[in-house]
Amino acid sequence: MTSSRTVIVLKRFAQAIPTLFGVIVVTFLLTRALPGDPAAYFAGPAATPESIAQVRAALGLDQPLPAQFARYLQDLATGNLGQSISTGQTVLSDILTRLPASLELTLSALLLSLAIAMPLGILAATRQNTMVDHVCRAVVTAGVSLPVFFTGLALVYVFYYQLGVAPAPIGRLDFAYISPSPVTGFFVIDALLAGDGETASAALGQLVLPAVTLAIFTLAPLARMTRAAMLQVLASDFIRTARAAGLSRRKILLGSALRNALLPVVTTFGMVFSFALGANVLVEKVFAWPGIGSYAVEALVVSDYAAVQGFVLVMAILFVVINLLIDLSYTLIDPRVGFDG
Amino acid sequence: MQRREFLKSTVAVALGAGVMPLVRILPAAAAPADTIVVATGATINSLDLHRQGTNRASYQVAVNAYDRLVKFGTKTLPDGSLSYDSSVIEPDLAESWTVSDDGKTLIFKLRPNAVFADGTPVTAQDVKWSLDRAVSLGGFPTTQMKAGLLEKPEQFEVVDDKTFKITLPRASKLTLPDLAVPVPFIINSKVAKAHATAEDPWAAEYLHRNTAGSGAFVVERWEPGQQVIYARNDKWTSGKLPQARRVIMREIPSAATRRALIERGDVDLVFNIPDKDAKELAASGKAKVVSTPIENCLYVLALNENFEPFKDKRVRQAIAYAVPYEAIFKTAAYGAGVPMWGADKLEGIAWPQPSTYKLDLEKAKALLAEAGYKDGFTVPFFINLDLSAWMEPTALLIQESLAKIGIKAPIEKIPGANWRTAASVEKRLPMHLDDFGGWLNYPDYYFFWAYMPGTIFNSSNYENPEVVKLVKETLDLPLTDPAYAPNIKRLIDIVYEDVPRIPLYQPALSSAMTPKIGGYEYWFHRQPDARPLTKS
Repeated sequence: MTSSRTVIVLKRFAQAIPTLFGVIVVTFLLTRALPGDPAAYFAGPAATPESIAQVRAALGLDQPLPAQFARYLQDLATGNLGQSISTGQTVLSDILTRLPASLELTLSALLLSLAIAMPLGILAATRQNTMVDHVCRAVVTAGVSLPVFFTGLALVYVFYYQLGVAPAPIGRLDFAYISPSPVTGFFVIDALLAGDGETASAALGQLVLPAVTLAIFTLAPLARMTRAAMLQVLASDFIRTARAAGLSRRKILLGSALRNALLPVVTTFGMVFSFALGANVLVEKVFAWPGIGSYAVEALVVSDYAAVQGFVLVMAILFVVINLLIDLSYTLIDPRVGFDG
Repeated sequence: MQRREFLKSTVAVALGAGVMPLVRILPAAAAPADTIVVATGATINSLDLHRQGTNRASYQVAVNAYDRLVKFGTKTLPDGSLSYDSSVIEPDLAESWTVSDDGKTLIFKLRPNAVFADGTPVTAQDVKWSLDRAVSLGGFPTTQMKAGLLEKPEQFEVVDDKTFKITLPRASKLTLPDLAVPVPFIINSKVAKAHATAEDPWAAEYLHRNTAGSGAFVVERWEPGQQVIYARNDKWTSGKLPQARRVIMREIPSAATRRALIERGDVDLVFNIPDKDAKELAASGKAKVVSTPIENCLYVLALNENFEPFKDKRVRQAIAYAVPYEAIFKTAAYGAGVPMWGADKLEGIAWPQPSTYKLDLEKAKALLAEAGYKDGFTVPFFINLDLSAWMEPTALLIQESLAKIGIKAPIEKIPGANWRTAASVEKRLPMHLDDFGGWLNYPDYYFFWAYMPGTIFNSSNYENPEVVKLVKETLDLPLTDPAYAPNIKRLIDIVYEDVPRIPLYQPALSSAMTPKIGGYEYWFHRQPDARPLTKS
């Protein structure tokens, strides 16, 4: 069993290789098709034609496209993602510091979201078209309709500015703390590993508001999907049979129905997660969170080719990995699901 | 900076203050009195100004962690705030200097007690290596050096350990001020050379991540995209030791968040706030706001002479009479800055100074008719998305007003990254807004960049032989030369008569701080100077 699963995983990765190569080619071409001229931008305000040409040569942009692409592939083969001009760091080090920040935020937000959305969805499904259902619908619709920067600013205004219970929205840690030495890249976990409870609680405090903001935004797809899947399952024959057999309501709901309804919920979770990871730019801006989304947007705006390419590539790999994990989790949830079909 | 060292020094600071167990759990508001926390929206992308691609926000490192041969003085403005003084050049690392009679040789004597942060003395060899580097690495630093006629390493000469000589092709009033801008900062060449390699002879990689200067601070910690922490260099000899032991520059991208932080007092200073926040914060009294008009800078409506109707001076003047100046100043600038319109006549050589144009649609229509454009025309109107805070309302107001004289001006927005290519390099935008300001505070310096054919900021493709001749004649003249004032007067007359760039207003740089913060000083480079800041 274990070995066959390993084979499946390896096969899955092998299947991803053409996809990734396609991503590399498309990203490379798309970044070059951007209307901006990075040489003119990075030559600075008082640039002369000569200094722009110097920068162009330094960036290797005076070479023909195929030559640039060949060089890029060569670099990739040695694990070199290039140098970001806008941050002045290597793309790899940028991503290594920023991706954990995004992962920490997105994961905690989605776990929080899931913890609220699933009960909401189940409740709405079992009491379809009652007050409870309508309230659930209203809550999640409001959550997804409010732009995240608004929710974020509103939360900052109430909990930080007015009430003073939340810490200052200045990123992952207050000035008074030193970031824990990286193990997982998650500040809360790293601080706990280092046995530094104070820093861990400070990092957790910084995490609460942005995570809640993002959780509110992601409630809707998860709750609605749970509701829809539950409705479908609850209407199916085996539930009727279970009811007729006199099984307890709790056992039917959580044992039979939920387990069968989980597949689409997990799929949605995977999609929302991959999406939220790179797309919560506005949450990152409001809370000064040094995440990957704002990094990518800033790189795109200034035509920072290496950074954009590196970001897309890493995200593509993450998508592949996350989808694989989701697929694997199917086999745990529903033994009938196989990979061969 | 190692984590352990930082912890040790934190503890040492805390011990000194007698609050050791508390310091790590205190919020920023209660940070020790000798730590100043500054919030900015810009990101620092290098510790080395000379590096290719170093952005504007990073120039502050050259200011705070390095010294130069000379520096500008400080003056108190009428509103009581502090500003650098472009008319006073003071000793920095050079204790004195002499200029030869022909003005072509400058000899600097270095201060004998000047040392780098590592304790080694500052020598003429360090000065030469640093200036050589500034003119050799290319890009912006080299262009800026050239403005002061500093172009080749051969111009820089070590006379002895403490004596340094600069030779110029001709005398220029711009050379000394150009040595006081952030660019020609003095690097510890022994440290730098130890990290130089064959491919990287100027130690660009090392100095990108480390400072090696004699300045008031050393960069203790740099977390790109998050913060720079300066620690005071107690060996600093070029000025009064900063009061703060540590200054934290924290990046907070959202302006709304920065405003909340300063209102709550969780940061000590927010550098460069939007005009709207400046107005509201000052009115509410929740923070102290300092607004300084940016010297030698104008927000203008630029008309490109590549565009057929704008070749006619009367069309340009017609547009200058159709701009709703007052409304723009109120709506786009929230009243911050200085109005630059509606003078009765041009006066003296003050720059920038208000033009004689004001909103007069009848006059505008008459001028258009005279030029043969009675029925108007259509001209695309470009704005820079990065600067939409002032450009968008300004453009809308101008568009509305131009419609009244028959000119249709559809607004097109260009992302910031593409703006420079389109506006300054290709110079292809028929009508656009522009924000150029000159570092060196001389009108002829502004004219050189904005009105000379071919220079980068002349996005109007303006060309006037008399302007070319006058700028060339005046650029090197000392202010005391009898020809200087008449030349400048004539230049202002011409460019305001021709109006390839219609002045709208002189913008302001505003910062908000808690009442405890003193010593805030405005600089032409528009970056925070941490050195004079005090906290009571």
